[in-house]
Amino acid sequence: MLLTITTTHVPATDLGHLLHKHPDRVQEFRQSFGTATVFYPEADDRRCTAALVLDVDPVRMARSRTKSADFSLAQYVNDRPYAASSLLGVALADVFSTARAGICKSRQDLADTPIPLELAIPVLPCRGGSDVAHRLFEPLGWTVDAVPIPLDDDLDWGDSRYVRLTLSGTVRLADALNQLHVLLPVLDESKHYWQGADEVDKLLRSGGSWLLEHPERELITRRYLARSDRLTADALVRLAELGDDVEEALEPEPSGRRVALNVQRHDAVLAVLEELGARSVIDLGCGGGRLLQRLVERPGLDRITGVDVSSTSLRVAGRRLGLERMAERQAERITLFQGALTYTDERFAGYDAAVLMEVVEHVDPERLPAIERVVFGQARPAAVVLTTPNSEYNDRYDGLAGFRHPDHRFEWSRAEFATWCERVCAEHGYTVEIRGIGDVDPDRGAPTQLGVFRRA
Amino acid sequence: MPALGLVLLVGVSGSGKSTFAARHFRPTQVISSDFCRGLVADDENDQDATPDAFDVLHYIVGTRLRRGLLTVVDATNVQRNARAALVRLAKDHDVLVDAIVLDVPEAVAVDRNRERPDRDFGGHVVRRQQRDLQRSLKGLRKEGFRKVHVLGPDEVDDVTIGRERSWNDRRDLAGPFDVIGDVHGCASELRTLLGELGWVVEPGGAHHPEGRTALFVGDLVDRGPDTPGVLRLVMGMVAAGTALCVSGNHEAKLVRALRGADVRTAHGLAESLDQLAGETDEFRQAALRFMDGLISHYVLDEGRLVVAHAGLKEAYHGRSSARVRSFALYGDTTGETDEFGLPVRYPWAQEYRGTAMVVYGHTPVPAAEWVNNTICLDTGVVFGGHLTALRYPSRELVRVPAERTWFEPVRPLVAPTTEREATTLDIRDVAGDHWHDTELAGRVKVPAENSAAALEVMSRFAVDPRWLVYLPPTMAPAPTATEGDLLEHPERAFADYAKAGVTAVVCEEKHMGSRAIAVLARDADTAERRFGVADGSTGAVYTRTGRAFFPDRTLQATLVDLLREAVEPLFDRVASDWLVLDCELLPWSAKARGLIEEQYASVGTAALHALPALADVLSTASRRGLDVDALARRTGRRLANAQAFRDAYAAYVRPSDGLDGITLAPFHVLAAEGRLLAVDEPHPWHLERLGALSSPLLTPTRSILVDLSSAAEREAGVRWWTELTSTGGEGMVVKPAHPVGRGVQPGLKVRGPEYLRIIYGPDYLDSVEELRNRNLGRKRSLAEREHGLGIEALRRFVGAEPLWRVHEAVFGVLALESEPVDPRL
Repeated sequence: MLLTITTTHVPATDLGHLLHKHPDRVQEFRQSFGTATVFYPEADDRRCTAALVLDVDPVRMARSRTKSADFSLAQYVNDRPYAASSLLGVALADVFSTARAGICKSRQDLADTPIPLELAIPVLPCRGGSDVAHRLFEPLGWTVDAVPIPLDDDLDWGDSRYVRLTLSGTVRLADALNQLHVLLPVLDESKHYWQGADEVDKLLRSGGSWLLEHPERELITRRYLARSDRLTADALVRLAELGDDVEEALEPEPSGRRVALNVQRHDAVLAVLEELGARSVIDLGCGGGRLLQRLVERPGLDRITGVDVSSTSLRVAGRRLGLERMAERQAERITLFQGALTYTDERFAGYDAAVLMEVVEHVDPERLPAIERVVFGQARPAAVVLTTPNSEYNDRYDGLAGFRHPDHRFEWSRAEFATWCERVCAEHGYTVEIRGIGDVDPDRGAPTQLGVFRRA
Repeated sequence: MPALGLVLLVGVSGSGKSTFAARHFRPTQVISSDFCRGLVADDENDQDATPDAFDVLHYIVGTRLRRGLLTVVDATNVQRNARAALVRLAKDHDVLVDAIVLDVPEAVAVDRNRERPDRDFGGHVVRRQQRDLQRSLKGLRKEGFRKVHVLGPDEVDDVTIGRERSWNDRRDLAGPFDVIGDVHGCASELRTLLGELGWVVEPGGAHHPEGRTALFVGDLVDRGPDTPGVLRLVMGMVAAGTALCVSGNHEAKLVRALRGADVRTAHGLAESLDQLAGETDEFRQAALRFMDGLISHYVLDEGRLVVAHAGLKEAYHGRSSARVRSFALYGDTTGETDEFGLPVRYPWAQEYRGTAMVVYGHTPVPAAEWVNNTICLDTGVVFGGHLTALRYPSRELVRVPAERTWFEPVRPLVAPTTEREATTLDIRDVAGDHWHDTELAGRVKVPAENSAAALEVMSRFAVDPRWLVYLPPTMAPAPTATEGDLLEHPERAFADYAKAGVTAVVCEEKHMGSRAIAVLARDADTAERRFGVADGSTGAVYTRTGRAFFPDRTLQATLVDLLREAVEPLFDRVASDWLVLDCELLPWSAKARGLIEEQYASVGTAALHALPALADVLSTASRRGLDVDALARRTGRRLANAQAFRDAYAAYVRPSDGLDGITLAPFHVLAAEGRLLAVDEPHPWHLERLGALSSPLLTPTRSILVDLSSAAEREAGVRWWTELTSTGGEGMVVKPAHPVGRGVQPGLKVRGPEYLRIIYGPDYLDSVEELRNRNLGRKRSLAEREHGLGIEALRRFVGAEPLWRVHEAVFGVLALESEPVDPRL
């Protein structure tokens, strides 16, 4: 991977002083994952270009990561040797550490002064498309040229996640280097590799003034946090690859507009549980435990149980609830365990209420009878609180084609939901009351449908 | 002593209990309170530890009883409370409990204690215990013991202990049996059925010329026209030793009525009483004795067969207690009643996971159907249905129709939930550590952490478990080559098999697509009958992780239909209404487009844009006179590698849209009705039959046979591989031509050098020496275990075993696949 830094400040060769690297020498720097080389393809008074080449050794990199036990093929075949990833950020910080600190004994004035610069990266992973590159770099005074790179030069597959990036502007060199150091990992969309998270955090805290005033600082911070927070589920990645699938399909991120509705849904479910007077609740499909967290805060609940099929989600839920730090008496109220709604499970039985919030639509329709029998036939809680999207509402969402979530197997209209509820009630001896959650559209109803089932 | 149960030794300290126990029982059968006190206190005499010691003792005893082991408690047991806790423990585990009292004179006990330096308590302790014991002796028999044996000082040394089999234990009888469902006074139908089964029916008895034994599941009486006739026949058979009979709830009630108890005469009891009133008093007394003497269940044929009127869960097999009898007579009742006023029964059979076949009656059903290795034979003959018999061990069902409706049912007959019902799967079938016995790989462990990962994939993405009768195993590469710069070479596979004693191998072209398992039923009827799927679907084609290939259900169904049509002649050739085929779905890009874009095309395009830019910068620098030649040369080589990498994956990309452009390459007919073809037939058999098919949907699989003793044939095999891989082929799979036993790899893949760029990275040939240090041991072991489990799943499906038995093995394959093994192998 390659980064070139060009200046037209006169004399341009002062760049060598600022970078502490002599323009006529080729210098190598060993990194844990390969070798960094610095040299100057051009160096005269009017124009001087420094090139940082990072030669990543994928074998060595894979070996250095044995700790993570990431047994996916992506560990061995990846873009790290070619694209300007977070690794370049790490190498740059190391090779140009003095320059990055803004220190230059021989030209301190110049180091403190914005100079005309052009930074070029031939292949830059740009999560969110070239627009993100504009949003991140333009507020910092750069003119941004981000040209998307096609996925294949011959096959008609559209754009890849890479852009050819050229930044030009008049910026202090130390700022430019720091900005790259922070923003390269922000743009890098790879999940599996390899940023010294602590180092970045340090920089974020001490952060240059440019970061504090950056209009996208929230995005920048969020992407960092998401990154250090991410729990990779290695076994799942491996199973996905085996089936010729991409791991993303396993756990797509919810889109922004669902977040607000999410909160409304929690409020509605909590209100129903209150109304039912439930003292014990099992959240079937608890995910990362957002609802559990609110349940725990409520008085009057003796027993709160979260079930999910994903052990990764359960770990997230456990952390969210702070189970490990929780006082014994409080922790006794809470149980988390892995389970699947298509298998009968005696641990599901004996609750006042079961919550299935946005769960059934993630199940293939032909597997629904299994869930019906496991929940309504075998577990038989006194009440079941179930939510699912109202498909009629979907055309209120701009730009939504298909289902609201890539993993949805179906979405029901109000009539379809009512039919299903009534059949389940007839088969298993429940009565149902159907309500809506969210802003009601006169023609389409509420965005979320809520069924409150009571055992007859 | 009971063969299975609890024995309490009762006697004061120093009465010689431990010595007695050591003489008559195995050390592991005896649990002493002293030993448990030692466990929790490091001091066998620390009386403060007694409560904790007994907690431990109860836990150990309970565990042993649950596991069906005779257990002896060596404690003083002179106090009623102490005994009561142990008697309760025995009842909780539905076993019998005996007491052996060692009644020795106080002075002897005190003397013995004095000789033992560790017993520092005085004579008053023994005296107190002696008082307790003497107080206990009288009422001991009423405390719930089956027998109380009191041994005086002269008898203690002169005892032999025998084991008494319990009444229900008839493991010694191996059959063959004819198990006959609820007769309910339908004497004529019973005679007809016995005739159908080959019995010779005589007045007051019947015998079978082949020496078969009849087993009646109870409810001989009530409702029907001739209860005395049925009783007379069955009593005669039982007396003659040609039949066994368990008690039904109707017999139990009739016994109470005949004894003059005030019982409701509903449900057909009145008919029996009327009919019996016409019999002699002598017959009535004999019938009463017979019915009263019926026991509630039998365990037969070394524990392989259990007969009980209303069925019996596994924990109760061979056990004796009031609740076992109640279960056997009335079923697992919840205490509730349904809208017809009949008791609600818990569907215990759905949860049944035992290995013993359980045959029962009690609940009338339209037809006898297997549910998890259990079957209800009550097909409502008295309600105008049928009288059904099960021949054991052949599992053949024989039935005769009712001559008329003798009695109107209060509720309609309901079919049971069959064993292929998906909701009969329980989380315990798959979660946690599991061990599976397989024929090809021995006992295979599936660890809990692997199951956890598999549970998510299985429950969220896999097709209906009723279609998922198999998942393919992983396959190890041939031992690493040293030829030239190759990592894999055919000769290594040949040598490996030759070393294992294989004489001929078949080399199959390895298609570069996505592995596909096709489960095809001939029609919706077959789907329902054989797979238990009644929604009209007739098969599934799924990936090696059990997912459907297309999210669109219509496309899934169309693919099944097209493939069935394409392989139509096969159904007849193997005489089956269903098939399981192992295939490759082509092109790779059809399923793997997302993966190719994410994993391969991204790397390719990043390389092909980054490296030329770098080359440019380097050549500019070189023109300035900087020494960057080494880096420039390396960059040039990497660029060529990147181009080769891109060409390698692009070779497996072909346009496809929905099913257009899709083909399947079947290479193995895994199973068909009654036949585990994957094991029973050699690979050439499969390739020949599959090769005979012709359809635009099918891509043929090229292959050659190699005699491993012929150098020329081995060379020809190598040439064949070289040709395949130099024209863009992925490589080949080498398999033993004929079925092999344990310890031989089911197949070895030999991948081509260009294909391996996709796996090892564009520049892998630069570090081939280092890559040769690959360890194949785990991969080979994994391949063997997964193969064993996969074949086991098929074996169970072919053998019509319950869904959970098939599913746990299939699930095991998926779980093992998440084991961390170098993914490049």
